[in-house]
Amino acid sequence: MEIKWYIFLSVALFCIGIIGALTRRNAIIVFMCIELMLNSVNLLLVAFSKMHMSGIAGRYPGLATDAQIFVFFIMVVAAAEVSVGLAIIVMMYRNTHSVDINFLNRLKN
Amino acid sequence: MLGNYFTFPELLLWCPLITGIIAFFIKESKNVKAWALFSSLVTLLISCISLYYADNAKYFLYNYVAYVWLPFIGSSFAVGLDGMGHLLTFLTAFSFPLIFAATYKNDYKKANAFYGLMLLSQAGLMGVFVAIDALVFYFFWELALIPVYFLCSKWGGEKRIQATFKFFIYTFVSSLLMLTGILYIYLKTAPIATSEHSFSLQSFYTSVIDSGDQSWLFWLFFIAFAVKMPVFPFHTWQPDTYEQSPAPATMLLSGIMVKMGVFAVIRWVLPVLPLGVIKFDNIVIGLSVTGMIYASCIAMVQNDLKRLVAYSSIAHIGLMCAAIFSQNTTGLQGVMIQMLNHGVNIIGLWIVVDIIEKHTGIRKLSELGGLASHTPLLAIFFVIIALANIALPLTNAFVGEFAMFTGLYQYNPWYAAFAGLSIILAAVYTLNMIQKVFYGSDNIYTKVISQVSAKQKIVLTIIVVFIFVAGVYPKPVFNLTAETVTAVLSRLKN
Amino acid sequence: MNSIQLIYLVPLLPLIGFLINGLARNNLSKSAVSIIGSGVILGSFIISILIFSEVSHKDFSAHTISYFDFINVGKIKVDFAFQIDQLSSLFLLIITGVGFLIHVYSSSYMHEEDTKDFARYFSYLNLFVFSMLLLVLGANYVIMFIGWEGVGLCSYLLIGYWFRNTDYNNAAKKAFIMNRIGDLGFLLAIFWMINTFGTVSFHDLFNTNNGIISSISATNSPTLVGITLLLFVGAMGKSAQIPLYTWLPDAMAGPTPVSALIHAATMVTAGIYMIARSNLMYTLAPTTMTVVAIIGLSTAILGATIALKQNDIKKVLAYSTVSQLGYMFLGLGVGAYTGAVFHVMTHAFFKALLFLGAGSVIHAMGGEQDIRKMGGLGKHMRITYLTFFVGCIAIAGIPPFSGFFSKDEILAGAFAQNPVLYVIGLAGALLTAFYMFRLLATTFIGKFRGSEEQLQHVHESSSAITIPLIALAFLSVSGGLVGIPEYMIPGSHRLQEFLNPIFAQSNGILPKHEISHHTEYLLTGVSTILILITSIWAWRKYKNYQTETSYKSGFGKVLANKWYVDELYDALIVNPLKFFSRFLNNIIERSGIDGIVNSVGRGINYSSRQIRLLQSGQVGTYILMMVAGMVILFIIQLFAK
Repeated sequence: MEIKWYIFLSVALFCIGIIGALTRRNAIIVFMCIELMLNSVNLLLVAFSKMHMSGIAGRYPGLATDAQIFVFFIMVVAAAEVSVGLAIIVMMYRNTHSVDINFLNRLKN
Repeated sequence: MLGNYFTFPELLLWCPLITGIIAFFIKESKNVKAWALFSSLVTLLISCISLYYADNAKYFLYNYVAYVWLPFIGSSFAVGLDGMGHLLTFLTAFSFPLIFAATYKNDYKKANAFYGLMLLSQAGLMGVFVAIDALVFYFFWELALIPVYFLCSKWGGEKRIQATFKFFIYTFVSSLLMLTGILYIYLKTAPIATSEHSFSLQSFYTSVIDSGDQSWLFWLFFIAFAVKMPVFPFHTWQPDTYEQSPAPATMLLSGIMVKMGVFAVIRWVLPVLPLGVIKFDNIVIGLSVTGMIYASCIAMVQNDLKRLVAYSSIAHIGLMCAAIFSQNTTGLQGVMIQMLNHGVNIIGLWIVVDIIEKHTGIRKLSELGGLASHTPLLAIFFVIIALANIALPLTNAFVGEFAMFTGLYQYNPWYAAFAGLSIILAAVYTLNMIQKVFYGSDNIYTKVISQVSAKQKIVLTIIVVFIFVAGVYPKPVFNLTAETVTAVLSRLKN
Repeated sequence: MNSIQLIYLVPLLPLIGFLINGLARNNLSKSAVSIIGSGVILGSFIISILIFSEVSHKDFSAHTISYFDFINVGKIKVDFAFQIDQLSSLFLLIITGVGFLIHVYSSSYMHEEDTKDFARYFSYLNLFVFSMLLLVLGANYVIMFIGWEGVGLCSYLLIGYWFRNTDYNNAAKKAFIMNRIGDLGFLLAIFWMINTFGTVSFHDLFNTNNGIISSISATNSPTLVGITLLLFVGAMGKSAQIPLYTWLPDAMAGPTPVSALIHAATMVTAGIYMIARSNLMYTLAPTTMTVVAIIGLSTAILGATIALKQNDIKKVLAYSTVSQLGYMFLGLGVGAYTGAVFHVMTHAFFKALLFLGAGSVIHAMGGEQDIRKMGGLGKHMRITYLTFFVGCIAIAGIPPFSGFFSKDEILAGAFAQNPVLYVIGLAGALLTAFYMFRLLATTFIGKFRGSEEQLQHVHESSSAITIPLIALAFLSVSGGLVGIPEYMIPGSHRLQEFLNPIFAQSNGILPKHEISHHTEYLLTGVSTILILITSIWAWRKYKNYQTETSYKSGFGKVLANKWYVDELYDALIVNPLKFFSRFLNNIIERSGIDGIVNSVGRGINYSSRQIRLLQSGQVGTYILMMVAGMVILFIIQLFAK
């Protein structure tokens, strides 16, 4: 499969993520959109890695998989982030009985 | 045995540092005061002994040492004492007992932190005066200043936050300029491709910097030190800070810390950037002399005792700066002795000002008056110290100012003549101050003044005795610093 | 033992007296204080006599005794050294002698003060004598300068002795500051000498063998003119010459013995001493000599005119001092150095006498100083009256009293230089005679014009006051006999002979103006007759002084207001300086420099407050901005290159 399809897919995912994050007010949905963007980037990273490194994989076996290991790191960090983020959202719900992100704007003053 | 195990610069450094840290853990306010006084006396003792071994031809090992510190960037913990170092460490060691004893009666909240910070600052000052490595120098420069920020902002007067902020901005910006300069010279310290960069004073001296670079480097360094001295027009932090700081911090600042600037110019600017100095000496002397007249004029119309003393200090420092840049033995030797004398005299003045303020609660000249009828002793002390401050002959400041003026005259008679006007103006504001504070008739505020405490009497007596001894027989001080002056000037002449 | 070796005791004794009286002022009784205070001066006086007798030997040559290095650094080489020669030994005698009498006088005059203040007074007085001796003994200009500023300080302390009075303090301050203006000139001259000659020692500069100045043959070199003019500025301040004379009349705020000692007999003559000391330099700078002569003469006339219309007994004497000092400078300016020093000596006698007499009067009048409220005091105070009378005759210059000889010598010198100087000088002498006899007549003759209470109180003063008066009166009568001019009795000008080693070099250079003995007799005769006529006229005019004359307009008012010089100085210097300082403080300092610093701070503060608005708290906005930022970065990345 050509690389461009991967790129299209991840751009599409990224745009969905951005639009979702910009337009929705539900904290959980915004959060999901952010994850979507993150994963679109992950996808791109893996795709590029596959494309660039296939030629040199024989000569530098270690190098070929670097990007994919990198992606795993991102996923681990993202998982940690999700747990923190969800915890924040739960706390927010407990305090305000709402998950509307515009409801908590008291930082302004 | 002395040189093998410990050296004087280290002792002078560690003594206040360690005792200062210990001071933080002493809870009782009374004990911490006694501890601080004790510590400062020990330091003074060390300093006095070190003066006996000041001859570097014989006792080099007692006065210089270097430890491995940051070898990978070419910095070592190198400290040493030459004549000027001895002089200024002595001033520092001599001043602190005076400050502590004179303000013994004052109570400060969280005394342990207060005295701890004072001692830390002393350690920083000692470090500045003994450092012969640029990085060590910078480190201690900041170490000396940081406690002062806290001293001013926590124990100061009403507008302390504002004043400290101004002080902080001024000194911090100037420190950064200096750091930039140090780093740039550091990169120039390897004249041969094979040698390594180094922060040591010696390699700074041998660094190859062309005239163009020296010009802007000169200003980086000079502004940094000019703020500290302070030289017109970088002086506006000073009156505010002196006014707002607690008395011991004010004494510390004006007595010793302004000497940091003077010292640093002589040690780090003159020999390192000789071309820059020669290029800009006229401008700097012009600024200093203008500043002298300017500050004297302003001092004449001040109504606040503390601000008046602050402006008079600016005027005196201006003369020192001008004399440094006249680049001759006479002027520089004058600066040397004047650093010591001005330090002691101004501390004496602040002590009296503090006593007056503590007893009457006012500092306004227009509200004071007639104190001489109630405390003749204080009046006598004040008059002597104030007259020493305006360099009356046979007091210590005369020797210094005479030498500095002669040096300045040697450089350019017109500068000396113009600067000489400040002699007259100094008499005007000083006599005005004496008259407004001590003479005339008393009022309800000034009637309450009680007698001077025994400790203050002793301190002021020591200062007065010092004033006359150094004024009649200044030779030992000149001998002490002669070598440094020759060395510095020989760098300039090449 | 050689008494020259004791020279250090001469200034040391007064210093010890100062320390004892100053430190133990709370524990000593008044009599102890006055015994210590006067005793140390007596000790110095005795040693001075011994030294003087040593110095007056024929084969004596000047000694420089060096004690230790004072400032020895770079170009400055200053020893703490004393110079003993004819000039300094003569001044030692005057200072300690007159000083001793005035100390004795003070012990009675100041007796009503508190013990503490009494001791303070005596310690200041001792300190003054110490400084004055240092000034005279110093073997170089720096040591001289130490004494020079020291006497200024003591003058300040003593004028402001009654420190609760603000006017007195102002007078003291004025004296010190005026002196400092002069001191600046002196200092600059010292710097100049250090830089050109490399020394300030009298011996190195003036000795006959290899002195630096002595080997200069060119006259009027710019360096010498500059140095001498600057030194003269110093002398102007200390010796109250135009334009720095206004402090001296104000200095009368101090106790009267102080006026006698400091502001008449000793300190104010320091300028003359200094110029006499550097006579060689002045001789080589004729331009400066002319300036000195002109300023001296103008001051003499100015002082005399103001003295005509003063009503305060001490103010009259003060302006008279200013005027007499002017004569001394005239003498110096025309090269009559011996005459000037001679006049210093005789003036010390009769002016101290007059001041002490005035003090006795003021004491008797209970502090009253206005002569309009006196009159007829001669009947009640015979000794004071007689001695004052002697003083008047001496100052007026009536032979054979001391003032006659010294003034005559100066005027003869002036005539030799330029007859115009002589005529103006003589006019000044007539004015002197007039105001002195006006003072004498108004005070001691006629009817008493004070209050009844004062009249009850008027009495002759105690012996501690009258004995110094008598001693000084004796000196005023006979003091002139050491300098009888050549044309009267040849070879009897002993002072000239004595001082010859000091002025020999100058006299060799100065152009010789020989006046025939015939002319000299004529001049003396004319001036004596004129002075006598003026004195008698003044005496007759004011013998029955009764009405209060106030000067509503005209010249009299200008004179009574001292030519408005103080007002002029206020308008020209003091007020503009104050204004300028306020301008610097309020505009430049507060708004200018501080303004810049503060506005930088304020600018940062303001912009932060504006930027803060971006933090709206809307999470959506943040994300939008983030995206916008990313897009902008993309665009830069893609299109910027």
